[in-house]
Formats: sequence, structure tokens, C-alpha cells
Amino acid sequence: MTDVVKMVHGAGGQAMQQLIKNYILRHLAWGDVDVPLKMLDDSGVANGIILKSDSYTVKPLFFPGGDIGRLAVSGTVNDILMVGGKPLALALGLIIEEGFPFKDLDRILGSISNTAKEADVPVITGDTKVVERGALDKLVLNMSGIGVRHPKLDHNIEVIKNFRKDFSSKWLLDCNIKPGDKIILSGYIGDHTIALLSVREGVNFKVDVESDVAPLVEPMDRALSVGGVVAAKDPTRGGLANLLNEWAEKSNVGIKIYEERIPIRDSVRNACEYLGLDPLELGNEGKVVLAVIDELAEDVLKALRATELGKNAEIIGEATNEHNYVVMETVIGGLRVIPPPIGDPVPRIC
Amino acid sequence: MARELSLNDIVKMYRDPQLAKKLVKAIHAEASKLDHTLIMHVCGTHEWTITHYGIRSLLPDNIELRAGPGCPVCITPASDIDSIVKLALEENITITVYGDMSRAKGGEGISLEDARSLGADIRIVYSIQDAVKLANQERNRKFVFFGVGFDTTAPATAYMILKGIPENLTILSSYRYVPPAVGALLKAPDLAVDAIINPGHSSTVTGMKPYKKYFDVSKKPMVFSGFEPIDVLISILMILKQLISNCPKMENEYKRSVTWEGNVKAMNTIFKVFDLVEGYWRGFGIVEGSAFVFKDKFSDIDARIVYGLGEPKSSSEFVRNAKCGDVIKGKIDPVECPLYMKECTPDTPKGPPMVSVEGTCRIWAEHKVTAIFKCRI
Repeated sequence: MTDVVKMVHGAGGQAMQQLIKNYILRHLAWGDVDVPLKMLDDSGVANGIILKSDSYTVKPLFFPGGDIGRLAVSGTVNDILMVGGKPLALALGLIIEEGFPFKDLDRILGSISNTAKEADVPVITGDTKVVERGALDKLVLNMSGIGVRHPKLDHNIEVIKNFRKDFSSKWLLDCNIKPGDKIILSGYIGDHTIALLSVREGVNFKVDVESDVAPLVEPMDRALSVGGVVAAKDPTRGGLANLLNEWAEKSNVGIKIYEERIPIRDSVRNACEYLGLDPLELGNEGKVVLAVIDELAEDVLKALRATELGKNAEIIGEATNEHNYVVMETVIGGLRVIPPPIGDPVPRIC
Repeated sequence: MARELSLNDIVKMYRDPQLAKKLVKAIHAEASKLDHTLIMHVCGTHEWTITHYGIRSLLPDNIELRAGPGCPVCITPASDIDSIVKLALEENITITVYGDMSRAKGGEGISLEDARSLGADIRIVYSIQDAVKLANQERNRKFVFFGVGFDTTAPATAYMILKGIPENLTILSSYRYVPPAVGALLKAPDLAVDAIINPGHSSTVTGMKPYKKYFDVSKKPMVFSGFEPIDVLISILMILKQLISNCPKMENEYKRSVTWEGNVKAMNTIFKVFDLVEGYWRGFGIVEGSAFVFKDKFSDIDARIVYGLGEPKSSSEFVRNAKCGDVIKGKIDPVECPLYMKECTPDTPKGPPMVSVEGTCRIWAEHKVTAIFKCRI
């Protein structure tokens, strides 16, 4: 690691993993709780309480399909959902640059309120700071949240245990996946990043796509009600490529996916080819990837497809013990390794 | 009424999974009648398609597909990089260059990018037009455009020269002509190439015709191929069929772009400005009639003459233990180099094949190729 923090260290890829391991975990990887920091899962759990904190610095603040407020609520709520939680309450930290228009602040707070109502989670505390002009770019939000065990989580785990006696995890963790588990993706990938890029200054292309940013309360409810979900994760920074590599590493399995089955809009695919981006590495804000035991995969898929946010869901692959890579069968049937991205190719998307 | 085909529909046809399966099946059936067969291609874009779609994983064990010298940055002589670095550092001349080329180190171990950090004025451009524009804006500065690449980039430079370029701009031509290099590959005893996939872009410009004399000598299958995965699979099948019937041909798979005569206008433009002479290809060697040098009447814009740079030559030009030369030539795959993905990565490239986006090592590294996955048919 060089001697200063670079943008790439915050970009969700390998460089960021290095920063987390070499600095954050070196100091803070202690504490005996249900899900500790060192597991680096989507949320931590202590004494049955799920806790999550996330900061948001998206550019631009308003984009097709959403804004920083909707993003902040969705991001934090989703991370609580991903470990098998039910979000209970949120805390909002506002850091505002001197000169920020009240009109925009009003619009963003309205959006926070609407999205929190959609997820049925109130904001119950918070903090406001104003910093001098130039100290940050317009506005940074922090959204923290707490949650408890999802009411359907125990049912979900009982269902797993019917088929897999030795399943001992109490939460949906990245390390729970076993060979044979199916990988389900809830819908189109890449929409959020491409929507943001399409309105960035200096990027000269038009594409008719909106961000997918949304709280994933309903799809998670439905999936857990069916049961058999061993892990859940939202493909945000670093996209599907990063998510699957994290799963493969933490669960010590290989993962095989099929390019043909990955839902992606033509417009997003075309934008990616034009810009030289890999859709698998693009961040999403309203998608979930589930690892589900083989026996229940079709039922969970059906349940997901019955929801608005999961109507384009697909089984995109499965975990395997044939190797320990993430491997994709390409549209023409060839195989190639999907490496973890070095860093998100598009900065400041979340 | 029939719906009009969109661009998407057309692209999908060339990536069609069912068609691909049929082709792969046919390739396996044909390959079973053959011994070990080495097919070489000479284009970075072909290598990208092959690696990105995992085409090698679909081929039978006896069919080997290898990348030859198809990356313009890789084959640009180290001595030319040294010369232009010297111009930038010692003569205070502004160098205009493609981004990839600026990162390749010469025989002295210095790239133009390094030269910039030492204070040289290096400007990244996308084409000769950008260089002309910059030179026009700053008439008091001396500019050199580093002209690298193949038959694909040379015509634009020739065209601009004929149109007239500003007096304060000269050009260092390291342009290379692809057909004789393919001829040299076919007869290289250390390669034992059985067949060639010819480059689609370059052949669109040169046409198939200049390859005829090399085909006549080698009598080895030669297929001109497009860049979509189905194109490459069809080309491989064409080659295997030729080999089995013992009836080698020059065959055109890329009919939607390549013709026998090629882009006559572009080639005429090139030959109004350049002559072809013996030329050095980094990592590959000297190839007869492969270097585009300025005709005498353009000596006043030829940086080689204006600044007395001399002709490119072979030199000890790669870092110790690096097998860049063998990768460029197509003697080995990147994984056979002891530095690949150890000291040499896309972040810390030790040689041009890891620098350029068209370099074989870079393409393999970005796809994390450390092993080839075979799959069941």
C-alpha cells in the first residue's frame, strides 16, 4: 500500500479490502458479539440487535430514478435486511456545505421521509453539521439503523435444517454457502450506475434508464417466508463480480454463473460496451442476490417474481466444489474467471 | 410486415448461444481427425474476444489458439521510444502520443510518461488531427507526433500530411505493414504455425490481395476473421476443414468488411507518402518490406531526418527474466513468463504486453487467466 489514501481505496474492490484489513481490522477486530466486525458482513449483530452505519456521497445528488435521500434510506435498510434482519429505526447525520440551497435540502428530506415510509422504518434521531465552503461537495449523508431478527428468519432456518442438518448459523451470512446452493438475482443489473453516469457532466451519451434504488423489504419478506435462504447480499459497489467473489472466499466455495441468465437491459449493455465498462462490476441499489438451497430455489424464485422489485428475478448460477473461483459460462458457452474488481470503475455512485 | 433489424439484433446474431453450440460441436468433430494444430492470430482485438468469451475453454485439447504480434504498442521498437524520450527531455520538444504508447518503456527503461514526470512536455492525443490542432495553437513550440500502429492508423496520418500540417510539427513514423509480418510468422521455424487467423481491421484496409504471395509460399490456411465470438468460431472451423481436406485456402469469414482489394483509396493515400522498407518489430525481429518510411520529398516532416534520430534497431530491450519477446512473437502464452502476475501486473507492468490494452498479457491479466477452464460438451 502506498502512503496515502487514494480514491480506489474507497471503491469497494480489492484496494478497499486491503485498507479494511491492514488498517481498520488491525485496530478494531475485537469484541465477542453475534456477528462481529471481523466478519465484514453487511451489518453487525450484538445481543440480537442488528446495527448498521453507512455514509452517502453521490454525484449528482439528484439522478434519474432517485436522489441521495432515497439512496441513504435504501442502502442502510437493505444492509440490515441482508443479514436476516427487520429494520426498526434510523438515525440521520446531515453534513451540509455552506451555501447549499434550502430548496434542495427540503426535497432530499421529503425523499428520505417517503422512502422511510415505504420501508416502514422511522428516522428517530440524528445530527446536523454545516461545514465551510469547499470542505465537502454540497452534502454528505450518514444513515445508521438498527434492526432485530426478522420474524420469518427462524422459519427460514428451520426449512434449511430439514434438508441440511448441520446448518448452524443463526443469521444470513456470507460464509453460509455450500456447494449446490443456487444463486438468485432479483432483477436487472447496472441500472443505477448507468443512470448516474448518463447525467454526469462530461459524459456525453443518452440512455433511457433509471436507477433501481429501493428498499428491499418486500422481496426479503417473501423469500424468508418460503425459506431455504442461506445468504443474502446486495450488489452495491463492485457489483455482482465483487459480491460473488466475497461469497466464494468467505464460504470457501466456487461459484458458477451463466451469462445468458443474468438479467441486463439492452440499453445498459450497449452503454457498457460504448464506455468500456463491465456490467458485472457496476453498482446497484435495489437488487438482492440470494443463495438458496437447491431444493427450495424454484419456490423462492417464484416468490420473488411475485413482487414488484423481484419480477425479473433469475437463477443465475450455483455454488460448486469443482474449483474455488467465480467462473462465468459466457453466452457462447465458453468459461472465464470473473475476478474481484480492483475498484469500482465509476466513483461516487453511493 | 417484417420488423427492421436493429443493431442489437445483429450483434446478438454474432453472439448466439445455439449457433455457438453447433459450431463448437462441429469443431470438436473435425478436430478429432487432426493432430496437434497451432492456430495463430495477430490482433489484440481477436485476443480480447477469445479471452473474454472463453473461446479457448471450448476448444479440444489438440487445437491451440495463440496470439502473435498483434499489439501496435508492443512491437514499436524500443530504440524509437528511446529516441523520442531523448527529444522530449533534451531538445525540449513537445511529444504528442497515444495514451497506451506513452506508458511503454524503451531500451533505456524510460517511457514518455516517465519523461513527463522528469519535466518533459508530453500530450496524450487520440489521433493525428489532435496533434495538428495542438501544433496550430502553439506555433512557437516544436511538436513531434509519435506515429505508431499498423495499416489501420497510417492512412489517417498520410491523409493529414497530404492536406498539409503546420511547420512546427514533424512525425516519427514507426508504422508497420502487417502482411509481410504474417508471411514471416508462417515460415518461422521456432513457431510451427499451422494456420493463421488474419486481422479484420487491418485487412479491411489492406485487402486480402497482399497476403497472396505469402500464402502461395506457405500453403497454410489463412482465414480473414471478424471480431464477434461467432466470427472467431466460424474461422476456426473453416481452418480445420481446410486442414482435413488438405486444401489450404485464403478464405474470407469477415465478408461484411474485408474485400480482396481492400480500401484502395486508403492504401493509395499511404503510398503517396510512405515507402515500404525492411523494418524491426520489437520482440519479433526484422521483417522485410514492413516499415512505412517517408518518401524523400517528405524529409522535412520526417522527425528521423530533422532530428537525426537514426533507424530503429534491435537492442536488449526487455527487463531481466521477462519473456515479453516470446509473448509478442507468439512463442509462449503469458502464463509461461516467470514474471506474469507476480512482479508484472497491470498496475506494475514490466513490459509492453502488460502495458497496452491490446497486449496479450494485459488482456489475460484483466480476465484473471491463470488456468484455462475446459468445459464438457
